[in-house]
Amino acid sequence: MSSVVSAQPVVADLHDTTSRARKGLDKLFLGGLWMFTLVAIITLVTLVGTTLLKGYSRLNWSLVANFPSPFPGDAGIQAAIFGSVWVVVTSGLISLFIAMSTAIYLEEFADQRSRLNKLITINIQTLAGVPSIVFGILGLAFIARGWLGWGFTVGTASAVLTMMVLPVMIVSAREALKAVPSSLREGAFALGATRWQTIVKQVLPSAIPGIATGSILGVSRALGESAPLILLGALAYVSSNPTGFASDYTVLPLVILKYTQEAQEEFQAVGAAAIIVLLMLLVALNMIAIIIRDKSRKSW
Amino acid sequence: MVEDMSNATISETTARLRQSGSVVSVSLSSDSHSAADNSQNDLIMQSVDLQVHYGDFLAVRDVNLAIHKGEITALIGPSGCGKSTIIRCFNRMNDLIPTAKVGGKVFYKGIDLYGPEANAGEVRRRIGMVFQKPNPFPKSIYDNVAFGPRVNGKPTKAETDELVERSLKRAALWEEVKDRLKQSAFSLSGGQQQRLCIARALAVNPDVLLMDEPCSALDPIATARIEDLMAEIKSDYPIVIVTHNMQQAARVSDRTAFFNTEIGANATRPTGVLVEYDTTRNIFANPTDTRTEQYISGRMG
Ligand SMILES: Nc1ncnc2c1ncn2[C@@H]1O[C@H](COP(=O)(O)OP(=O)(O)O)[C@@H](O)[C@H]1O
Ligand SMILES: [Mg+2]
Repeated sequence: MSSVVSAQPVVADLHDTTSRARKGLDKLFLGGLWMFTLVAIITLVTLVGTTLLKGYSRLNWSLVANFPSPFPGDAGIQAAIFGSVWVVVTSGLISLFIAMSTAIYLEEFADQRSRLNKLITINIQTLAGVPSIVFGILGLAFIARGWLGWGFTVGTASAVLTMMVLPVMIVSAREALKAVPSSLREGAFALGATRWQTIVKQVLPSAIPGIATGSILGVSRALGESAPLILLGALAYVSSNPTGFASDYTVLPLVILKYTQEAQEEFQAVGAAAIIVLLMLLVALNMIAIIIRDKSRKSW
Repeated sequence: MVEDMSNATISETTARLRQSGSVVSVSLSSDSHSAADNSQNDLIMQSVDLQVHYGDFLAVRDVNLAIHKGEITALIGPSGCGKSTIIRCFNRMNDLIPTAKVGGKVFYKGIDLYGPEANAGEVRRRIGMVFQKPNPFPKSIYDNVAFGPRVNGKPTKAETDELVERSLKRAALWEEVKDRLKQSAFSLSGGQQQRLCIARALAVNPDVLLMDEPCSALDPIATARIEDLMAEIKSDYPIVIVTHNMQQAARVSDRTAFFNTEIGANATRPTGVLVEYDTTRNIFANPTDTRTEQYISGRMG
């Protein structure tokens, strides 16, 4: 090279110096991720597809309009739909109210350093991991029979699902409140706002997306839950919609269980169609969660 | 006019408190720091032997400060010397930190802020605060300014409109936002957001404005605008400002308090102390304490 060039050493080499092996590894890793995603999607599509194929013939108005019948062509799941809505809506509302109160108290009022608070926190987290059948047994012993003696009713199911969903809802509501930046609280306090004003006008509106998402996840879980309700009489033959907390009831997961176990293909079709209905309800719930989240984000 | 009104309310309160015998009268003449060129009547706030613990840790001690009407008081010193801690005592924001314990007294127009007669919410309404990082609420520009008046009373729509406009004008932001009051406060630039926070604080018509490093997150132009604004409003709203920027203190303030840290006899962590408090001119031109002199000449901190 000439001396002119060497006077100005080349420092900027913009060529890609990543080694070939490294690039190969990157590609391999990405390919692996794609493959796992694909496996999940294929599984889902196959499941929904076969269910659709099986239940397609019964996916009509008579399915949701009719009550159970010995004739598979007439058998419908209206009682189960109404039963599920009753149980899920009541337990959802009750647990949302209790969970919000608990979370607000624990996050905004209670002394975070106190031993009692820590004990309660550990307790709630443990409860969130308890298998649902345990809540069923508890409900059977203390709510359906024994102490309260409510029997196999909507009220019992609602209470048990409330107990089951509550810990998850409290944990997610607390997380949502924790995620509200403390600068927001400081800003409100610094203008003379009281604790309640700060919570109601600043903290809660900011936490609503998180609380809504968490609550609807909890409610979805309740909607698909079958184990505790098997113990609580939901597997019974019910041919009318619930009219109140004291009514008999059945729910979608359990009619699905019943019909898919039947020997006759036509009954199995009813079960498959019921699965599609349950899936649609779950999708609808999640859509609501997304809408609430977007709405509250845009509202200012 | 506005000033008159708030004074009337204050003197009513003071009179009421005096009747109930709860006002601790402060002997201002014992305040060796107060500058000679101001009469006692100019005092609006005063701390007496103020000290703050976080748990067992003594963060800052023996702070005797006097805040004068119509002035900007700057608190300077190396980081960790307790400037934020002190300024947060002046409107009881430290109440929100469970471990914080405040000792000594802070007087506001002769009323002990930590006394039984002082309500924290009312204290914070009278003594406004602007924070280091602009913290507008996730609401519209309009609702940000209206928040304070709304939590402190039930203003009508017309009153709120008027207050919002007046506060935004006072904070030199009106011209920039008057056509988009309904837009999110987050659509503003950092400097505009900070002026919005000032407007928000002014909307409840405080008697004192506390600012904790209000420009540290802003660029030089936005900083200059805030400094101009401070000079403009200081006659109506005395300002206490924490700043890590000595030039800023020299530029805007009338009085400067220099804090430093020292490790106490049987302490492991340094405690903040007020080294020197004087007019800004004296602090920067001929400080009496060598530590002050070292700090302002850049040989320390
Ligand atoms: N919430 C808190 N809990 C415990 N210690 C704190 C807290 N806030 C500040 N401190 C401590 O108090 C001292 C003074 O802090 P601060 O007032 O923030 O100083 P400055 O604003 O001058 O930088 C520091 O040692 C800091 O670590
Ligand atoms: Mg600070």
